[in-house]
Amino acid sequence: MSFLTYLINGLSLGSIYAIIALGYTMVYGIAKMLNFAHGDFIMVGCYIIFSVSAALSGNSVIGIIVAVVLCTILGVTTEFVAYRPLRGAASPLAVLITAIGVSYLLENIALLIYGADIKSFSSVITWEGVSFAGGQLKIQGVTIVTILVSVVILIALQLFINKTKQGQAMLAASEDKGAAALMGINVNRTIALTFAIGSSLAAVAGALLCSAYPSLSPYTGAMPGIKAFVAAVLGGIGSIPGAMIGGMVLGIVEILSKTYISSQLSDAIVFGILVVVLLVKPTGILGRQMVEKV
Amino acid sequence: MNKKQTKNNLITYAIVIAFYIIVEIMILTGNLSSHMKGLLVPLTYYAVIAVALNLCVGILGELSIGHCGFMCIGAFTSAFFSRATEMSIPTVPRFILAFIIGIAFAALFGFLIGIPVLRLKGDYLAIVTLAFGEIIKNVINSFYIGIDSKGLHFSMKSAMEMGMDKDGDIIVNGAMGITGTPHNANFTVGIVVLLITLFVVQNLVGSRDGRAIMAIRDNNIAAEATGINITGYKMMAFTISAAIAGAAGVLFSHNITTLTASSQYFGYNASIMILVYVVLGGIGNIRGSVIAACILYLLPELLRGLNTYRMLIYSIVLIVMMIVNWSPKIIEWRKRTFGRMNLKLTKEA
Repeated sequence: MSFLTYLINGLSLGSIYAIIALGYTMVYGIAKMLNFAHGDFIMVGCYIIFSVSAALSGNSVIGIIVAVVLCTILGVTTEFVAYRPLRGAASPLAVLITAIGVSYLLENIALLIYGADIKSFSSVITWEGVSFAGGQLKIQGVTIVTILVSVVILIALQLFINKTKQGQAMLAASEDKGAAALMGINVNRTIALTFAIGSSLAAVAGALLCSAYPSLSPYTGAMPGIKAFVAAVLGGIGSIPGAMIGGMVLGIVEILSKTYISSQLSDAIVFGILVVVLLVKPTGILGRQMVEKV
Repeated sequence: MNKKQTKNNLITYAIVIAFYIIVEIMILTGNLSSHMKGLLVPLTYYAVIAVALNLCVGILGELSIGHCGFMCIGAFTSAFFSRATEMSIPTVPRFILAFIIGIAFAALFGFLIGIPVLRLKGDYLAIVTLAFGEIIKNVINSFYIGIDSKGLHFSMKSAMEMGMDKDGDIIVNGAMGITGTPHNANFTVGIVVLLITLFVVQNLVGSRDGRAIMAIRDNNIAAEATGINITGYKMMAFTISAAIAGAAGVLFSHNITTLTASSQYFGYNASIMILVYVVLGGIGNIRGSVIAACILYLLPELLRGLNTYRMLIYSIVLIVMMIVNWSPKIIEWRKRTFGRMNLKLTKEA
């Protein structure tokens, strides 16, 4: 029974990674850039929920809405100010370093406003959860909500990309920007939209992450951000179902290795899985093989 | 190697030596605060690892964000050696041996990690180097090694598990790391290591092997078609780069009392910080890496007076510098404006 509990906890953590990874994979797919600041958008989202809830004496629903809106604005602004000028730069590293700069900037702004001490975040989900088999198997409310939210987001995104014009425009722009522009797609606006979706997902992921692990500091987002990127690569970067699978695998492996092997080595095992998968399939689980032409 | 390159290399050595002389004069005349003196050794090892990373990113053309892992290996193996033989070998030969051991282990791991990593491409390669860096850090954090009259003891669980005698000495204590490594590194040693590093890398770049490596970077298919052994040269550059990072690690561990495999020094954030030095110094420009490492390492320290705002200012400077230096539109604008100015000046003359 305890194994089942750990497995479900793993799925829940994996769902959070998956939601973050969706943001990473969409942005990477279309802008071909590693948005290192993505993890910090999560942290910003958490702090906004924290402040708004405190101001409204614990009304977290409004907090989440405000966080999603502000994170979306933040994502689009960052793209416009910091990343768009560097599109088409001679080296792809330029925009990577700028993203690192944005990451430092957000962390230090949070540090100035809230200080370095860890804030305790009160969960946005007040549901106790359910218990099966006479209390032997207890599943927390946060866990269930997290898994459900991630599934809903996955389905919604798949529908959006495959069924709407904007979604098709995203696919086209990620395939070939020049050709997409010739077909009348506004590439800049499409990329901005991708950033908007990715950042709003980061805010949602932040609410869930801090509900499950209620400690908030300016560096909260960094490690989940990196792990989510690993999840995106594991699943095949650019692929939305891939991000989901990668996130789940990573979450389950992390929780199980923490429980059964060693909490010290769990990160090493998580990264070890990535290495093994990429060696067997160099483009990730669901990634497409690109043929290099001369 | 042609004349222009030789001249260029000599300028780099001259800059480093001039910097060394100026700093030594400032120390002698008492113009350097003790805080600044404490920054001198870190300055040299960050310059060394920046050159190492530039060899990997700029010359070989493969993005690595796990280079601090190799630094970590160099630091731990050499510190272990120095601690274990502190009583039995005199300082100078021990420190030289520590360098050899640190470099050799970093090179060995560079070679072993290079075999799988260099099969991948682009961002996939980058993320796997990041993964290896984190794995190295985490695994070292769970090592326990002690020494007593019966010999070496080893465990991956806890210090008690090793079952040592009472007089035993715990050298590597898990997450608490290695304590009490002798402070052998100083500014002069650091500068010597930096000069040797520059000598090795600059000569490599100017050699036949270096040209082969750069050919692979520019177009690997064309390079292969001309008969260059791609895997061999890639492995060579990656291993040398890891070995130099290991040398930086030896300097690091012999300048610090308690060596721990913490994220602050060996995590991906530290590797990224060094990547920032390399990119701002100019990708592929060895001298640029050294200068950028010095300036960027000192910048947050010089801004210490601004205290809480210093990292904020640093991050804004970083973003603005990247946009000004790399944005295609700004480059074009700069060419137009300053190009016209140059034209005017020549006409007037």
